[in-house]
Amino acid sequence: MKNTIRNFLISNPEGMNGNSPAFQRRVSTQNRMSPEGTADGRCGALQKWRPSFFGALTAVAFFALTASAQNVIPVNPTINPGFMPPIPISIEGFSGEALSVLEFDLYVQGFSIVPAGQSQYHISGSDDGNVVGRLSGSGPRDFSRSYTGANIRREAHAFADDVVQAVTNKKGIGQTKIAFKSEQSDGNGEIYVADFDGHDAQAVTADSAIVASPAWVPGRFALYYTSYKLGNPDIFYSDLSTGRRRVFAAYGGLNTSAAVSPNGDKVAMVLSRSGDPNIWVCNADGSGLRQLTHTHADDSCPCWSPDGQWICYATKIHSRRRLAKISVDGGEPVPLRTNGAPDPTEPDWSPDGKWIAFCSQSGDFFNICVMPTDESTDPIVLVSGEHPSWSPNSRTLVYNDLVHYRPILSVLDVFTKQHKYAHNVTGEDSEASWEK
Amino acid sequence: MNKFIYTAALALAAAIASTGCVHRPYDVKAIPPGQNAQVGDQNPVTYQAPPVQNPPPVPYEPGPVVEPQPISPPAWTQDPKALAANTLHFSYDSAVIRDSDRAHLKAVARALKSDKSANLMIEGNCDERGTEEYNRALGERRAEAAREALVAMGIDGDRIHTVSYGKDKPADTGHSSAAHSRNRRDDFVLLHPNTGA
Repeated sequence: MKNTIRNFLISNPEGMNGNSPAFQRRVSTQNRMSPEGTADGRCGALQKWRPSFFGALTAVAFFALTASAQNVIPVNPTINPGFMPPIPISIEGFSGEALSVLEFDLYVQGFSIVPAGQSQYHISGSDDGNVVGRLSGSGPRDFSRSYTGANIRREAHAFADDVVQAVTNKKGIGQTKIAFKSEQSDGNGEIYVADFDGHDAQAVTADSAIVASPAWVPGRFALYYTSYKLGNPDIFYSDLSTGRRRVFAAYGGLNTSAAVSPNGDKVAMVLSRSGDPNIWVCNADGSGLRQLTHTHADDSCPCWSPDGQWICYATKIHSRRRLAKISVDGGEPVPLRTNGAPDPTEPDWSPDGKWIAFCSQSGDFFNICVMPTDESTDPIVLVSGEHPSWSPNSRTLVYNDLVHYRPILSVLDVFTKQHKYAHNVTGEDSEASWEK
Repeated sequence: MNKFIYTAALALAAAIASTGCVHRPYDVKAIPPGQNAQVGDQNPVTYQAPPVQNPPPVPYEPGPVVEPQPISPPAWTQDPKALAANTLHFSYDSAVIRDSDRAHLKAVARALKSDKSANLMIEGNCDERGTEEYNRALGERRAEAAREALVAMGIDGDRIHTVSYGKDKPADTGHSSAAHSRNRRDDFVLLHPNTGA
């Protein structure tokens, strides 16, 4: 017993990965939560393990020390998308908008909201005037903090981000934005930007035209998007802080699907100026335009690898729809293996480089899939939907699902498959791009 | 045993310190207000590269691409009715012109040959079974297929423009397979030069 205590006293909590049998035993004990409540439940379980007076004292010590060890359980980087259990968390003291923000943000980042007695982590606080929040259950990363300024929503998003950071050691997504198109029944629409949960949406076009395919410029408050305002699908660049915009590509035929390289120096897009739609790339100032693919297929939806070396896109090879990648310097396209995911389109490469999310079509149904970029396993089908776009922290996707033939935006935690519909504008909302 | 009690007491103290039973004062975090996005201005279109003025302080400022070719300027009046009977239809996920539609193409070619001043807009469309940008590409390829066929019939390619609406302009807003087959199409719009302007 003492040896075990000493082991933990000298161990770095970050380094605890469950190698010690004692550690594994304790984890399994904790997973059988007793109904008396979080801390009491754990103590109770441990008391059974060593039911003595001293055992009770040491159990308290164990709780303190293992609380930090618990951090490593949910953030194993080798997890399987779609198959991770959610992290149980309980919420106390919040109401109204603050509560709905916290519930949404945590749910779509892999937490399950449970009663206090069944939770691994507990957040409490208040939203009277401003958000005051406290996290317990994460040991040394516990905090209590008061949030001021902006409004309750933004304060609650900031608190949710701090909770996600403390528990998963990943930057939260609560304060990020998305851009998307919202379409009316006549097919015309506008480009919008909104918080990642769809709230506080603002139109950034007034074109009354078909619009499509918004794409954030990394690190800037600026978008590329396609608009038919001039009668033809053309690519525009718009500085959102000034409203200034420019025609970026207006060649004959199709100009669409702009995608900015991670360091912002190049733009890939689909042009049909030489006949069929192909992938083209140019510098951010429009110079150096080059045709990368030369197919008679329907090349579409380019996206960048995070190192800026590859462009992944949807194409057809031998009359079958495939995903392929091509070096930004040109050369032969490399088809990707997407076994079990028919008719793939709309790839999006995760910012951490590990995954490609895409849409697979089976008959009339669309599914969101992810595959490892090293093709070490077959793609994993997650949920029904189209047009996935990764969050900056490579854990969450925004996509659109069809409900009664109407696309609505939804946010998906890739690892637990938990997803919730975002707040939607009145039209048909689709083709979201997550701010990076 | 004493040693054990001592250790346990130490551990308990550590436990209290690290679980936050002692309330620390709150951190205070000030949240900045949201960034206000401006609507893109209404007359952004200058097809001439503007003169370079003060270089922007940041290296990133995309300029207009060289040699853009506006294809639907107000110099043309659209006449969607003239060739409405000659719409081409396609099989699912295909841009191959059907033999049964060859007569429609010939009629379109005749119209262009008889009116040398007219141009042609080919509008490629798709059904809803396909993702948006994929369909935008497929619609373009359908329009391109008709353009190539007309060029092969002797029409000057410079007189023919293409636009893809993807699945955004269905002819039939239903969801049946009959609606789908009506929507997989090329519409032909005759363009007459605007004399007034």
